Formats: sequence, C-alpha cells, structure tokens
Amino acid sequence: MPRVSLTVNGKPVSAEVEDRTLLVELLRETLRLTGTHVGCDTSQCGACVVHVNGDSIKSCTLLARQAEGAEVVTIEGLAAADGTLHPMQEAFREYHALQCGFCTPGMVMSAIDLVKKNPQGLSEQEIREGLEGNLCRCTGYHNIVKAIDAAQQVMHGKVKELPRAAAE
Amino acid sequence: MGFEGIGASVKRREDLRFLSGRGNYTDDINRPGQLHAVIVRSPHPHARITAIDTAAARAAPGVAAVFVGEDMAAENIGGLPCGWQVKNKDGSPMAEPPHPVLAIGKVRHVGDPVAVVIAETKAQARDAAELVSVTYEELKGAPTLEAALKPGAPAVHDDVPGNVCYDWHLGDKDATDAAFAGAHKVARLELVNNRLIPNAMEPRAAVGEYDTMSGEYTLYTTSQNPHVIRLLMGAFVLHIPEHKLRVVAPDVGGGFGSKIYHYAEEAIVTWASAKVKRPVKWTAERTESFMSDAHGRDHVTVAEMAMDANGKFLGLRVRTLANMGAYLSTFAPCVPTYLYATLLAGTYTTPAIYAEVKAVFTNSVPVDAYRGAGRPEATFLLERLVDQCAIEMGLDRVEIRKRNFIPSSAFPYQTPVALQYDSGDYGATLEACLKAADWAGFEARRAEAKARGKLRGIGISTYLEACGIAPSAVVGSLGARAGLYEVANIRVNPTGSITVFTGTHSHGQGHETTFAQLMADKFGIPMDQIEIVHGDTARIPFGMGTYGSRSLAVGGSAMVKAADKIIAKGKKIAAHLLEADAADIEFKDGRFQVAGTDRAKALAEISLTAYVPHNYPIEELEPGLEETAFYDPKNFTFPGGCHIAEVEIDPDTGVTHVVNFTAVDDVGRVINPMIVEGQIQGGVAQGIGQALLETCVYDEDGQLISGSMMDYTMPRADDLPNISVGTAITLCTHNPLGVKGCGEVGAIGSPPAVIGAVVDALKDHGVRHIDMPATPQKVWGIINANRPRMAAE
Ligand code: FES
Ligand code: FES
Repeated sequence: MPRVSLTVNGKPVSAEVEDRTLLVELLRETLRLTGTHVGCDTSQCGACVVHVNGDSIKSCTLLARQAEGAEVVTIEGLAAADGTLHPMQEAFREYHALQCGFCTPGMVMSAIDLVKKNPQGLSEQEIREGLEGNLCRCTGYHNIVKAIDAAQQVMHGKVKELPRAAAE
Repeated sequence: MGFEGIGASVKRREDLRFLSGRGNYTDDINRPGQLHAVIVRSPHPHARITAIDTAAARAAPGVAAVFVGEDMAAENIGGLPCGWQVKNKDGSPMAEPPHPVLAIGKVRHVGDPVAVVIAETKAQARDAAELVSVTYEELKGAPTLEAALKPGAPAVHDDVPGNVCYDWHLGDKDATDAAFAGAHKVARLELVNNRLIPNAMEPRAAVGEYDTMSGEYTLYTTSQNPHVIRLLMGAFVLHIPEHKLRVVAPDVGGGFGSKIYHYAEEAIVTWASAKVKRPVKWTAERTESFMSDAHGRDHVTVAEMAMDANGKFLGLRVRTLANMGAYLSTFAPCVPTYLYATLLAGTYTTPAIYAEVKAVFTNSVPVDAYRGAGRPEATFLLERLVDQCAIEMGLDRVEIRKRNFIPSSAFPYQTPVALQYDSGDYGATLEACLKAADWAGFEARRAEAKARGKLRGIGISTYLEACGIAPSAVVGSLGARAGLYEVANIRVNPTGSITVFTGTHSHGQGHETTFAQLMADKFGIPMDQIEIVHGDTARIPFGMGTYGSRSLAVGGSAMVKAADKIIAKGKKIAAHLLEADAADIEFKDGRFQVAGTDRAKALAEISLTAYVPHNYPIEELEPGLEETAFYDPKNFTFPGGCHIAEVEIDPDTGVTHVVNFTAVDDVGRVINPMIVEGQIQGGVAQGIGQALLETCVYDEDGQLISGSMMDYTMPRADDLPNISVGTAITLCTHNPLGVKGCGEVGAIGSPPAVIGAVVDALKDHGVRHIDMPATPQKVWGIINANRPRMAAE
C-alpha cells in the first residue's frame, strides 16, 4: 500500500493508505482523530471540514494521498497548548451555537476560514451565505451566526475580549 | 443560588468537549478486534427474494461472515416489535404484520435490509457486499397513500387486506353531525402533511460486543433511550436476558425522534458479535439514513369546521389517511391517533369533534415520530382551517382566534377529545407576539415591499401541544405497551458532591447543564459539585429516555422527588447530630439548620456521617445517602403560544424568504433561558424547513427520489431568518417544577404560520391554501397561473 506523509496539528505523521482512502478516513480511523465527523456521502454537510494548508476543505472529498506533504489542522489542533480556546471556539460556547455538537467541528473550522478570508468583516447575510457548505440540524443557525459575528471582531483585532451574549 | 440556579442562562458544560473534538459519539468508539458490517439493502420497493448467493462475498478478502434472514430465523430471532397497539373502530386490534430484522421472502421498501457482510475493514465489507447476489422477482409497488388504497393495489403484506393497518376514530360523531346540521357556515380544507426525513446530522451507528467469558453483550448505539432498546431487543428480538445485556448511548448527534426506535442494525451487530466472537461495528452512510431511518408525517386530510353566525366554532370533522410505511416502527401507531386527534381542540372551545384516521401500509420506509409527532400534523390542519374560517366569515385572522380561545379562567379545561388542559393563557401569548412582531404595522411593510417588487405576507398560528409524555395508566389504556414514567437516582457522595443518574438522554438538549442547575438550586451547592450521568444501562436505573419533550417535566420531576427523599433523610441525620427534633430542621442553602437557631450542619457533614456512621441513629436509619425516585406524571403538559411569520416572495422566481419570525411561547417555568431559546429556534428551523423546503419524494413505483442531501433540501443558514423567541409563561399545575417542555413547540407551531404568510402574500392570486413545501416552483406556478388583473394599476 502507498504511504502518505503529512503534518497534522503540527505533528509529522506517516501512514499506509489505499489509493481510495479519504483524508477523513485517515484522520478518523488511522490517526483516531475522531473530532472530525462524517455526516453525509455527497459533500453536502461540512461536518468533515478541516484546514489543509490554511484553507478549509471537506476532508470527505479529498483523497488521503492528495494531502501528501500538506499541513492539516483539525478541531483537535485549534486550542493553544495551554488549553486556551480559539476565539471561534470560545464564541460558539458563549453564544450557544451548538446543541448536539455533531456539526460543530466542521462549522468552527469553516467559520475560521470564512472570517480569515474576509478581513473587511462580514455582514450577517454574508456570514449566512458563507455557511452554505455546512449543515446544522439543531440550532437553526441563529446562534451560529451570532457567534461568528462576535468572533470576527476578536479575530480582526477590533476588540480584545469576546463580546458577551446578552444576559437574560 | 441566583447565578447558577433556576432561571440563569448558564453556559453549557457539554460544550467544551464538543468544541475540542473530544465528543464520544458511537462511530468514535472502536473496540479491540472490531470488525465492520455493511448491510446489503433492497434496491426495489417491492419484490420477492427468489435466491441469495453469498458464496463470492464469503470468499472475498477479509470477510469474516455473511448472514441473511434465514440465518437469524434458524435461531428463532424475533421480528422488530411494535410498542403500541391501536384498535379499530369495532374494537378489533390493528394489523401487525411481522417485521423481520433481515428480510425473509420479500422486500417491502427500498432500503429493506437483506444481508449483512462482516469484514476486517469497512472497505473490505463494502467490496464484499457488492458480491452478494440477490435474485429478485419484482412486484408492483405502492409507496403512497393513494396508490396503496386503490382497488387492486399490490398487497404490501399478503395477509393485510387493502393495506389497512387500522381504521380508528375519536370523538362524538352524533354531536358533531348535529353541530354541522345547525351551522351558519362551514369551512372546508383538504391538505397534505408532507413526508419528512429527519436527518439528524449524526448518522445512526451501532457497535455490538460479546464477552465470551461472561456471556454478556454490550451494544453501543445512537439512541435516545438505551433502556427501551435493551428491553425491546433483549426480550423480543434476540432473547438475551436483560442482566446480560448492556446498552450504551454515548454522545448522540441529534435525534428528533428518529433515534427512539429499535432498529434492525442494532440487533444485527449484537447478534453477529456473538456469532463471530468479535466486536462488530456498523455506521450508516447518509444514503442509508435516507432509506432506513424512520420518516415523519405523511398525512392526507379532509377537515371541516362548522361555525355559528359570530364565527364561533361549533364542530370539527376530520378524516385523515396516515402512511405507516412498509412495517410498524416502534411507536408508529400512536402518532396519527393519540398524539394527533387528541390535539384537535387546539386552543379553541370547539364543543364537538369527530376524527377518523385510517393508517395504511405502503412500500416506503416506516414512518414514526419526528419532532412533534402527530402534534405538528394536528396543528397545521387546525390553524390552516381556522384561517379558512376567517375567510368564510370575513373576519380578521386574529379576531376569529380571539373569539374562540379557551379563556384563561376556564382551566382546568376538558376538551371533547380526551385531554384535560391544566393551564395556559392564549390571549397573553397572542398579545405579546402581536406586539413583538409589530402585527399592526404590517400593511406598511407590505406596501414598502410592493414598491420593491416583492410580495409580502404575514401568517399566524396560535397553537397548543401535549407533551411531558406520559401518565402510564392513561397511555396503557390507549394501547401503549410500556410505562412512561421517569426515574432518577441521586447519590450524595461521602464528601458531599452529588452524582445524579437519570433515565433520560441528552442528544443536544443540554441536560448535563440544565439538570445540574436544577440540582444546584435544590441542594444549594455549586454546579461543579454535581455530575449528571445518562445513557448507559449499566449505570442508570430503568428509565424511558428522551422524546415528547419529557425530560424536564418527567425526568426533572423524578429528580426533585429523589432530592426530597435525600433532604428528608438528611434532616433525620442532622437532628441526631444537633440533638434536635427532625421536624425542627430546615434545609436551606446547602445547610440543615435547627429552625430559629444558628446550629447547622452542611450537606457534606451530613453525607460524611451517613457513610461513616459512627455517631448515627443506626437503629432507625440505614447508613448511606442515596435515593431513587420514579415519577409517573399525572397528566400531559400543555405548552402553547403564538408564532408569527413574515415572508417575501420574489414574483419572478417564486422564491420565498422568511424575513421575520417571532415566537412567544408558554413552556412553563424556564430553568435555562439560553437553552430554551436554542431549542425553540431549532424547532422553528425544522418547521420552516417543512413549510418551504423539505419533502420526501417517491416515484410512482416506490423508488426514493429524494434519497440524498443533494436531492432533499435541508435548511441552510441563508434559507433562514433570525428567529426571535419570547416566553409568556403559566405554570404547569401538576408537576413539582411547573415546567411544560420546549423541545417540540418550534416545529409544531411554525409551519402553519409560514404557510399562512405565503398564502397571505399571494392573496391577490386567488389561493386560499398551499400544501407544504411551498417551493419556488409551486409558488411561481400559482403566480403565473393566476395573474391578478392589472385594471387597478
Ligand atoms: S461528510 Fe458531509 S461534506 Fe464531508
Ligand atoms: S449542533 Fe447538532 S447538528 Fe449542529
């Protein structure tokens, strides 16, 4: 079987894969990084989104061998070494942007890339359009949109601290 | 406990693991030596199996075993049981044909499991599954209600004539006929409640494991109710005694009803793990979910309302056909009957109601409860019919509702369809919602939209639902084969921290947080001293799980009852230590105190004494501080409220956008407002999905056309608006918390509001009703078929 070598969450890894093995299978089954999920078989749901060389991609739609030499970051690799959450993770928690949590890893990875690629800042409508590739069945997206809006302010350095959700 | 207790929007404790990729979903579980199962499914809607050749699959690389229906039958494996028996009008039982785990002789829907291939890797199992050769003799299929009821329709089950599962009724026919005879006007509506595919984002999965030493089986599964699965699978299917069977439902990625039922794959992996003596894992691909998860809704209904000269409702007559699919799923029969027709009074004083429901077998995936289950169908019918009543009477939609509301002074209110509502104030939720949605200002917004070339409409629904399922004796008398109480075990640990074992299950609802808040409030200790345990039959007592918005109303009540037992015992221990009378001990803020003195003992001191009973009233009190309570509710709970939707339609494309959505709901006492709001928003999103986007489509032979996420329209972020949620509560009068439930109200109340808004937007085009989903194609067709006269312009 061919061998693929890449960096995952900062660590070099190397594994034997079949030609048909998908990146998500390599992550979940070989490397046991089960934070990246599989929610569909038609590239529709985005539960599998990871970063490959800085871009968000659906890891169910990339062959493992195509990731040869790539830098892959998964949801497990987002928080700082001391456990400090990425502002996007923090915002999802603050704004109750997750319920069952299944879409969450892909949603967070997509959201980070979306915000990074739009330094000018995104309107609510643009955030909604930017989430086209990610499905959530639980939240109705309302709080996901709020969370991303709050996180972009921190990520673009507009504010130091994450704006807090309105208290009830 | 102001900050963390009842009423505080505490952030969820489950979030950290989900946000860090450290959730533990069933497919994340890998057991040592595990094999992988792939199911071979029927590609045909209806066919006789004439031969199955598994030789090539067995010989394929990595294959450990291949099993077919006959292999299971040879070991007397039972069929999948149905948990509810509904009776026909004449009192005879419904038709209940067998539901083999793996098909025997015949397949009855696309996706019906025929064989299982078990191999070292998933890829090998998949490859070998391709080599299983099944010879079918195709039969004509009847996937829809219409097709299955036609004279000469193919028989889905050979021994069920006419494909009728049951023909049931509820209410007073004579009184209803009399109401119609004396009516001033009658409004009539024919409608379809579209078939939905639940699509929780986590596909179903199951891992079976057999311990050859102890003879114990473990099943890890994506379930909302592990004890129910253990009972059904152990007692009825695999004949494994319950003490040798453990069912674990770990983190579960959404359920919405679809993960209540006992599914074939659970039995297959559990049984097969003993045959191959290794753990066996199966995970659905999404395509399999579409053709094997129980679907929802699928009704065709004719309804009529009789009114007097003032628009007061006199009588309601309803005839419904309900699609059961090819087999009876676990709770299917109760959905279009006891969870549906009993809701037909809604929030109104209609004095006479008569409903007839015919349930029908078809060549389609089994249909069962999906978020709301029966109540969305009843609500859609009733609220759409009330809108027709307003048109008939020339009354405003709000006015006709007000004229017919059950007044808040009338509770407890006995409806003519069995239920007795305990509390509510429909006028209050209506007024609050009208205000929040600026109903009064709508015509200006319509005019403004018109100037932009858009058709704007507004719709309203003043719904009610029954949840907090359910009083066991009542549901037993209606055909349930299970009790529907809930249980909690509270263990105060020696050092005073608390572990709560609940029979409910959290798959997105945030129970680990809400229940901890509840217990923090009750015991006056910080939340971080409290752990909530659920989902593992080896740890939790026998409870019924989570569905029907029951977890807080029933499970939370059990917790309160158990906590009260703890406190009562703690008082006796404190009385002993403080040399006082137990009757004089008060429990407050985590301390047992002699009333009117400063003599007190903290909970942790009491628990330590209970487990180290050196100075202890051992003659009259057992050591330890752990109590279990079972709570059987006295009644259902009745959340209700008002939903208002505002839509804009682009007449050039027929695309409808929900531009505003406002909900004001009465869900009883709120423990965590943030979580409640999220639950309602999620429910509304599914309701908007049903109203505008989602529908399951079979072709006329029974091929599933909407069989993937490319073909079935799931709501995406840019399909939905912000969803404004408010509450205006009355307390439930019969449970200790005053809670009603919030999990389903969003999906129940919203569809008629959205369709009402679409119809309102198209009111110049001569439509009075549009069936769901109001797709662009449908809406565009209406606009173009009935262009309004231009004369006025
Ligand atoms: S798993 Fe659904 S898009 Fe990748
Ligand atoms: S939180 Fe459950 S799918 Fe998004």
